[in-house]
Amino acid sequence: MEFLLQLMLGAYVVGAAGSLLGGDARWGQGLAALGATLGAGATLALGAVALLSSATLTLTLPGVLPLVGVSLRVDGLSAFFLVVVGLVGMAAGIYGYGYAAAYVGRYSLRRLGLLLNLLLWSLSLLVLADNALIFLLVWEVMSLSAYLLVLTESDQPGTVRAGNWYLSMTHAGFAALLGMFLMLSGGDLSTSFQAMREQTGGLSPLLRDIIFVLALIGFGAKAGIVPLHIWLPMAHPVAPSHVSALMSGLVIKTGVYGLVRVALDLLGGGPVWWGGTILALGAISALLGVLYALMEHDLKRLLAYHSVENIGIILIGVGAGLVFQRYGLMTLAALGLIGGLYHTINHATFKGLLFLGAGSVLHATHTRNMEDMGGLIKPMPWTAAFFLIGAAAISALPPLNGFASEWLVFQSLLGSAQIPVPEIAVFMPVAVGMLALTSGLAAACFVKAFGITFLAIPRSHEAAHAHEAPLSMRLGMGILAVVCVALGLAPAWVTPLLGRALTGLGGLPDTQTAFTLGVFLHAPDGFGRMSPLLTGLGLLVLLVAIPLLMRLLRVNQRLRMGDSWGCGRIGQTPRMEYTATAFAEPLRRVFAELYRPSKELTIDFHPESRYFVQSIAYKSEISPLFERWFYEPLLALIQRLARLVRRLQAGSLHLYLAYVVVVLVILLLSARWYS
Amino acid sequence: MIISYLLVLFKILLALLLAPGLVGYVRWLKARLQNRRGAPPWLPYYELSKLFGKEVVMSNNASWLFRVAPYIVFASAVAVTLLIPLIATDMPFDRVGDLLLVVYLLLLGTFFLALAGLDPGTAFGGMGASREMTVAAIAEPTIALAIFGLALGAGSTNLGRIVSATLAEPGVAISPGHLLAFVALFIVTLAETGRLPVDNPATHLELTMIHEAMVLEYSGRYLALIEWASWLKLLIFFALLANLFVPWGLAASHSPAALALGVIALVVKLAVLGAVVAIAETRVAKLRLFRVPELLSVSFVLALLAVTSSFLLK
Repeated sequence: MEFLLQLMLGAYVVGAAGSLLGGDARWGQGLAALGATLGAGATLALGAVALLSSATLTLTLPGVLPLVGVSLRVDGLSAFFLVVVGLVGMAAGIYGYGYAAAYVGRYSLRRLGLLLNLLLWSLSLLVLADNALIFLLVWEVMSLSAYLLVLTESDQPGTVRAGNWYLSMTHAGFAALLGMFLMLSGGDLSTSFQAMREQTGGLSPLLRDIIFVLALIGFGAKAGIVPLHIWLPMAHPVAPSHVSALMSGLVIKTGVYGLVRVALDLLGGGPVWWGGTILALGAISALLGVLYALMEHDLKRLLAYHSVENIGIILIGVGAGLVFQRYGLMTLAALGLIGGLYHTINHATFKGLLFLGAGSVLHATHTRNMEDMGGLIKPMPWTAAFFLIGAAAISALPPLNGFASEWLVFQSLLGSAQIPVPEIAVFMPVAVGMLALTSGLAAACFVKAFGITFLAIPRSHEAAHAHEAPLSMRLGMGILAVVCVALGLAPAWVTPLLGRALTGLGGLPDTQTAFTLGVFLHAPDGFGRMSPLLTGLGLLVLLVAIPLLMRLLRVNQRLRMGDSWGCGRIGQTPRMEYTATAFAEPLRRVFAELYRPSKELTIDFHPESRYFVQSIAYKSEISPLFERWFYEPLLALIQRLARLVRRLQAGSLHLYLAYVVVVLVILLLSARWYS
Repeated sequence: MIISYLLVLFKILLALLLAPGLVGYVRWLKARLQNRRGAPPWLPYYELSKLFGKEVVMSNNASWLFRVAPYIVFASAVAVTLLIPLIATDMPFDRVGDLLLVVYLLLLGTFFLALAGLDPGTAFGGMGASREMTVAAIAEPTIALAIFGLALGAGSTNLGRIVSATLAEPGVAISPGHLLAFVALFIVTLAETGRLPVDNPATHLELTMIHEAMVLEYSGRYLALIEWASWLKLLIFFALLANLFVPWGLAASHSPAALALGVIALVVKLAVLGAVVAIAETRVAKLRLFRVPELLSVSFVLALLAVTSSFLLK
């Protein structure tokens, strides 16, 4: 395992160095991709070995960072996240080789390769950190490298603004995390997590509540839960597509990791409102995420909003787990958390896949606007097939992986009847309803995303002349597509591993016996049972048998090509097709209370008769709820405060020296006072 | 062993055979109630054999997805038939899936059918696909909550367990939770199977139709598969309504007598539900599309009440 750890860290460094030296040269690009892929492969292997052998590895390097010492630890939870990072990192690394080639001469490949390796390095190291200082340092490296990666195409409109939003939100979160860790460690950030675990029991309930709220804000800002999600649909789409895959697949998952690590592991769980709040925020994020995704016709922004949705589903599982843990229903608690973690890896794979697919489309058509796409299934059959697998997986269709994890989350919510307090239990059905509505709307949204992008007639010249993605990009997507199918078919083998990853956290028992190994996936206590593997097999048999039977029964097999039926019109043009906006129109009407759409219709009539129209302009927008009611007042407040601060800054050097003296005196006095 | 697998085969064949008859019967009964003579109930069988004998005309714009979708739609409907209790309890494939799997397998079919509606690039197909997905999405929470309500009573989401729990304790069947869940699920059945007042299966007027608009470009054997699958879906929902809430008549053993009784019970239950739908369809007019969410939110509230009452009465 130590060898794998060294290989992992070494490979990223080689990738970064190769990219720095090689730049635009072919070998430089190759080394950058190789370093990322190899490093991610080692990350995956390290996580898998640790998870399968349930071994823990502790590594302290006191000499590396003076005063602190580097202290790393691999346990079940971090091993699981290593697997997630490794899987998506590997696919993105391979994909990036082909994708970055299009950047030659336009953007700095030196910077892209270096930052990509740095981001993967920090993601892999973050989950290993065993004290607060290392955690915060690596966290900041991750945030900053992601920020710089967002800025890669900084000459495009909107990129810098998106970067600014991302940077300010992530630093607001960082401030919360810093405060949280200071309270958790009693002021000494180099305290190991183990020592914190032992101390937290003695903290006052109020302090524990404050720590939890700060953790929720800090990690929530990174994960993109509503209402802290605002940066996510801006920053994820403008990054290069394999970086979008890493950001949506992995970076936001570090928020989930942090929340589970702090709330469940370090604090050992808390009062019922902790889990309840996470559950409620999760349900709201899930529903609002998908509702806003439906209104998008920018393919990558649509996917980014779906990340908000899926983080919500993950948090429904985690929140339910914490609620059950509070009532001592440990098997159910494990079920909820396992559902959350399962959805974490599932979302990482299918959202990674979808972003890579969107990247291939962008690569081929140079647009993110779905209204300019269409018919891409013919020139890009591979990309279309991979995107379809991702779309079906995120819509929770069996037998793919999204269904397996949503099933587990549903099952854990169904267990809420066992909660002894009916007032709490009564809220659970509402969460069930919201989760079900979310998954239904997600299916509608991905019919739109796939149908408008890949099916029917091309709506623009670029879409008509699109080309298939190069081999490396197809390979990157192919890996994730296979993983999506495999994770969908094999939950009965994956859930015990997740149970093992959680064993011991917050007093969760070893749940491996509750989830019987085998073809069937059982919820504990026999509450439900199903087998995606047999379902998949059954569907496959039916799909082969039905056409065969039809042939045997001498069904007419002839097929003739013809025009689409068009009520008598002669040629069909793309303008007659349904658009993404039109597709989502019924849902926009249904949820008009939320969207508050504005409509502007200008008709220019012919001067001689109002029966003839010269031109029609129609414009419709939905009202950005959170920007208007939360962020605009907040920004106004900050600006007002900033103006107040300006009074202190008179521009006189003498005044500033006086400030320094006053502060020094206060510090000296207080030092005297406390000693 | 072998006998029980033969029984599964019999169950599929029975469902496939009964489905066109059920639709024909509802159409015939409706015509009679409206003082029309109506087509004979076995007309759907002729329709199927006619369509299977015709060649397919496919749009130039369509892709391979258009050709695969009918098989996926049909396969998912048949797979669901394997999972649900039709004539007997304790069948071999009962435990492969639970109610959640049933719901999501049906959604799989809807998903691909909607994609196939978009594939030929006509406005009709897009309109139908968009409306179908809207109705399916809004119906989803009701279904989930109705499942929740049933599962709370039985302690499991597995269909076999729900049936045996009701059989063991017959009083459950008239508990408020069950009754409310039944009504909620009945409304969803109307929406999901494209019946009045949500969709009109008899119309070909573009502006009002949902399902028919989506499959407008299909012909020949593909159309036959899709039609058959949608009739099967009606049978599936009726069977779920009948056997989850009123499970009496399901054969407990696999003896020929019990099975014969099971078949008779199934036919009687389908006939009763079909009559209810036929009467309802002669009494109500089609709702405007944008009134449909109101109907479905009524069903959602009913389902929520069903769950809450089973919490409180526990």
